[in-house]
This record gives sequence, C-alpha cells and structure tokens, in this order.
Amino acid sequence: MLDVLLRIQRTGRVSEPLPAPEGERRERADLQDRVRAALGRALCIRHVDAGSCNGCELEIHALSNPYYNLEGAGIRFVASPRHADLLLVTGPVSVNMEEALRRTYDATPDPKLVVAVGDCGACGGIFGQSYASCGGVSQVLPVDVTVPGCPPTPTALLRGILAAVRLLPSGVPPRSTPPGGTSPAHE
Amino acid sequence: MLASLQSYPSSAFPSNVRASGLSVDERGWLRAAAAIREGGGTLLALWGSDDRDRDRRFRVHAAYLLADELLVVEHALPEGEQSFPDLASLFPCAARLQRAVADLLGIRAHGGDARGWFRHGGWPEKVFPLRRDAEGEARYPSTSAPYRYLSVAGDGVHEIAVGPVHAGTIEPGGFRFSVVGEKVLRLEERLAYTHKGVDRRFEKLGQSAGHRLAARVSGDSCVAFSWAYCAALEAMTGAEAPARAVALRALALERERLANHLGDLGALGNDAGFAFGLAQFSRLKEELLRFNDDAFGARYPFDLVVPGGVAVDLPAAVGPALAHELEALELGVRELRSIYDEHTGLQDRFRGAGWLDPGLARTLGAVGLVGRASGIGRDLRVDLPWAPYDRLGARLWVREGGDVAARVQLRFDEALESMRLCRALLDALPPGPTRVPVPPAAAGHRGIGAIEGWRGPVLVALEAGPEGSLRRGHAHDPSWQNWPVLEFAILGNIVPDFPLINKSFNLSYSGPDG
Repeated sequence: MLDVLLRIQRTGRVSEPLPAPEGERRERADLQDRVRAALGRALCIRHVDAGSCNGCELEIHALSNPYYNLEGAGIRFVASPRHADLLLVTGPVSVNMEEALRRTYDATPDPKLVVAVGDCGACGGIFGQSYASCGGVSQVLPVDVTVPGCPPTPTALLRGILAAVRLLPSGVPPRSTPPGGTSPAHE
Repeated sequence: MLASLQSYPSSAFPSNVRASGLSVDERGWLRAAAAIREGGGTLLALWGSDDRDRDRRFRVHAAYLLADELLVVEHALPEGEQSFPDLASLFPCAARLQRAVADLLGIRAHGGDARGWFRHGGWPEKVFPLRRDAEGEARYPSTSAPYRYLSVAGDGVHEIAVGPVHAGTIEPGGFRFSVVGEKVLRLEERLAYTHKGVDRRFEKLGQSAGHRLAARVSGDSCVAFSWAYCAALEAMTGAEAPARAVALRALALERERLANHLGDLGALGNDAGFAFGLAQFSRLKEELLRFNDDAFGARYPFDLVVPGGVAVDLPAAVGPALAHELEALELGVRELRSIYDEHTGLQDRFRGAGWLDPGLARTLGAVGLVGRASGIGRDLRVDLPWAPYDRLGARLWVREGGDVAARVQLRFDEALESMRLCRALLDALPPGPTRVPVPPAAAGHRGIGAIEGWRGPVLVALEAGPEGSLRRGHAHDPSWQNWPVLEFAILGNIVPDFPLINKSFNLSYSGPDG
C-alpha cells in the first residue's frame, strides 16, 4: 500500500487547462459553468463506434487520462444512450452498423447533440462510400459538430465537444425537473 | 518446404520474410494442410480471388507459418467449380475465414458452416462484392437478416445477448452468452459489424496509395499494417528501403507495441478494480504519445511508413530526448510491475482467470501474444527476422500459465524488451536517406508482407494490376485466429470476469472485420 501512495505522491497532479476554442478564452471553470447552466449537471457523452478503424477510440480514451481529465471538467462518458446528452460517433458508418447507430440515436432523449469524429466520421475518409460503407455520419444522422483528423488529437476532440456545448440552449431544465417546473440552473 | 509436398510446383514468393509459393489441385489443398498441421505449422491467413477474366477460375489462397518459412499455397478451382475442401477440421480458425470468402466471392468450403459472416443483410444475397463483375461502389437497400446463434438447452440455462453497441469506448461486436447462474457454458461471437470493404477498396486506391488504407485496417496496429503493405510492394518491385528508414520503421513498430501494452496494463488493472493502475499507465502512455508527436509528427504515426521508406526523418534533437524518455519510462514500468506483482487483490483476480490450456491453444492455432502466453513460442521477429530485426536480435518471451496473469506478465516482458530494442535502434541509427522511389509493380506480380505487430503476425498480400493498379489486396489481422480462442478461454468462468478476460486478449474488431 505504501508503494502505491508514494507513487501517487511522486506523480503529483498532471492535469492541464482545457484548450481555448478559436478566438475565445474559455477556462475549465467557464466550461463547467456553461454545462451547469445548460444542464444543471455533468454533460453525458455516449460514444458510438459506427465502423471506425479504432484509431479515434484510442484518442477518445486519452480524454480520460490524467492530462486531459475530462471528468474534472464536468463531462463524463455513460454506458447507455438513454443517459446521454451527446453522441460521439466515430467511423465511416458501416452498412452493418447503420441500424444499430439509428437505434442508438432514437434511444437518446431530446435535446441531443451529435458530434462526428475523425476524417471518416466527417466524410467517410479513405473508405469512402461502397457496398459496405455509408460514408460520413451525416449520411445517417443529423450532425451538429464535426471533428476532422486521422485520428483527431485529444485537444481537437475537446474543442469539438466544447463547440457542441455552446450549441446547447442555455437554461434547459435538468431532467429531474418535472415538466413546467423551473430549474435552479435557469439563467 | 515439407517433403511430402514436393510433387507440386513451388517457387520463391516475394516477401520481406523467407517465403515460398506452392500451386496445388483440390486434393493437394487438403494434403498440404494436413502435412503442415502434422509438421506443427500454423494457418496465418486464407483468402480468395476471382480470376475468371483471366482463366475462368476462382482461386483460394492460404498462408502458413512453418518452422523456417512462410508458405503461400494457391488452389485454382476447376473451371465452373464454386467450392473447395474445408480446412476447419485441421485449422479451426479456417471456419470463419471460409465464411468470409463465401460472402465476398460466392465460393464455399464443402460442408462448412453455411451462415454468412461479413454479410448481415446490407447487400443482396446474390451480390458478391469481390467478384470482378460486381459494382463495388454501389449501395444497396439494407434488409435486417436474422442470425441463428447455436443455442444451449438444459435446466436453468439462459442467454445474455450483448452488443453490437457495447457499454464503453469499445468497438462494436455481438456476444451471445449461454449461462447457468453466473457460470458461462458457451460464448458465441458474431462480428463483422465494422466491415468496411477493405479488400475491394485496395483495388480502387492502387499501389501508390494502398499503404494509407492498410494503416487504417486496425488503427492500433497502423505501423504494423502499413509496413506489411510496403514490404509486400517493395518485394514485388525489388525496391529496398534505406537502412535508416527500416530502423525508423522498427522504432515506430516497437513504440506501437509499447503504447498498446501500456494501455492494456492500465486497463487490466482497472478491470480488476485497481483504478490506480489505469491512472498511472495512461499517464505513461500519454507521455509516450507526446514523444511520438515530436519524433514522427503524429501521436499515432498512421502515414509514417510509405512505399520505399518513411515519410519523415527523425529530427536530430529528438533522438537523445527519446533515449532519456525511455529511461524514465523503464523506471516507471518496473516500479508499477512490482506494485502489480505484490498486490494480492489484483493477483487474485488475474490468476486462473480465462485459462487457455497450452494444448488447446495449439489445437486452435492461437497466434501472437495470446499464443505466447500459453506456451506457443512463435514470433516473426525471432523466427523469420527481416531487416532490421535480422541484426537486432529480438528476444522471444514465452509464458506457460495461459491465464490473465500470464498475459499480464507477458505484456510487462515484451514492453521491457521493446524498450531495449528502441534503445539499440537509437544507439546505432544509420545515417543516410529515408526514402527511395518505388517503381510500379508489373501486372500479375504478387507479394506478401508479414510483420509481427503487437497482437501477433499481420499480413498483407498484393497482386499488381496494369499501370500501378492493384488487382487484389488482402489484409489479415491476427485477431481472426484469437477471437475463436476467446470463446474457449471464457468457458467455466463467471460472467463478471468476462471484461477482464476479454481485455487480457484485447482483440481487434476492425482488423478482422476488414
């Protein structure tokens, strides 16, 4: 146990500030405020691999490492689309995943955001359109934000997620509020 | 070459490793497989081709790993024939490979499993996308086709259906568990959800762009696949990548192995309830990726390996920085290894879980890391070393345990060995150019590239068409072999141990889905 504690102490804190979106200063606290104002709680992301080569998944994983510390910014990954505000979709949509992707989208409650990740998510990438590939995510779902890159860096992914957060209508009542009730987070 | 096959015409096969080719008839297809099985060989890949435009025949091809060479066996089906002998009784992993060939080309193994593998209903049953007369770019209306899993009957047996969308940041696939209480009686996988038509796409891209597609067959093995592609093309054309380029390719390949092993070691700790392991190893991995960015211009160097060499040279100042980084990394890994080894709660979960008996591993034809953790001492870097491994002397690591603990230990062993290889490469990095021009391969020329990626042997087989085009391209991921093995390793374990056991295999979906 002591060696574990010593290692933790020696490693220290390595989390870095969030990247600023183009032409705008936004620190971790501002982002948290924005998410709280819009949702009254953490932003919940459901990742869907719709046919990716798994390269984008490696960088999505990196978002949770101590350097990018996504959870520290009030954003977390959830296991069910029913718990999600945002779908992070990778891959050209393979023909074999088209139905599963649509069903995942349908299972996600409104209002929902879709972020298409990677060159493949943006336009089908090197796989293009074929008997097996539908092409980019927008061929199947309405897409709010696109994050190009092959694979996009964690910083690019964070910027894309932040851009999507800005599309959230501020003052959506949190899910726990009954219809017609007012939210304490309402601006 | 095996003595019993000497009646068939054979020749040297262009490759980065010692390889020969053999042409056989229908009887020879089985005889060769039986002789290879008898001699302890392994089936590495199996694919088909439509050559009806040339000689009115379909062909099946198989690549085997023998003791001292790679053997590519080719069988031209008799004219008008659309079936070939089933190899699954000799090499169980052939069953799914043959189903894949049937979906793409409409040629079947006699009496094999008739269920589709790649085709889930996304294109019509009578359309075979790899046939020369098929329109590869066409899209078809999707019809949902039911799939018959094999069911287990008995008192109290029930099924758990998982996927294709899984509960984490993971690739999609279908798992059907038959369980009694929490004990797994049977697992059946249904994959190919991420089938993207890679083989057909090679034909569209041509020789000079195919390496970019190869790198995206399985992104976590981008260096291995792009190197295998370039190795095949270079062998076909006689082009030779300069010494500096092959050293940098090996540096990138070993760093790819390191990045994946570090990620897995963290995730394995996490899946056994030790979040500290994930935090520590993901930090080490992130630092490795940042140094990759300095060295190769990308955290994941998808487009580093190009025909004739590498796309970018290592900046002069980065070499010493990498050596320094490796020192710190090795200290970190050794410290974490001793923490893992001495953590009784962690070892309790690792030991005995997902046990793959070495004898069964041989019968099933397990390859790569999973095979080596069950006593199968095969590694292309050691058995059939190509440049620069011929002078590097990679050390073979084997564990006999066959459980999650053995697969964890092997990752530690191999990570430390990769650091040693990286240091050796950096210490003696040859000067000179990093790329030579590669002329187009002449139509009809064939070649095969074989690279030991972090999971196991990665293969790319190519046949040139006219004017720099590709007539046929085929990429093979070692997960093809090891997915069916996982179905056995889980037997008798409890459902809650599946994530841990699955992670200890960490197989690719996209790679075998193609």
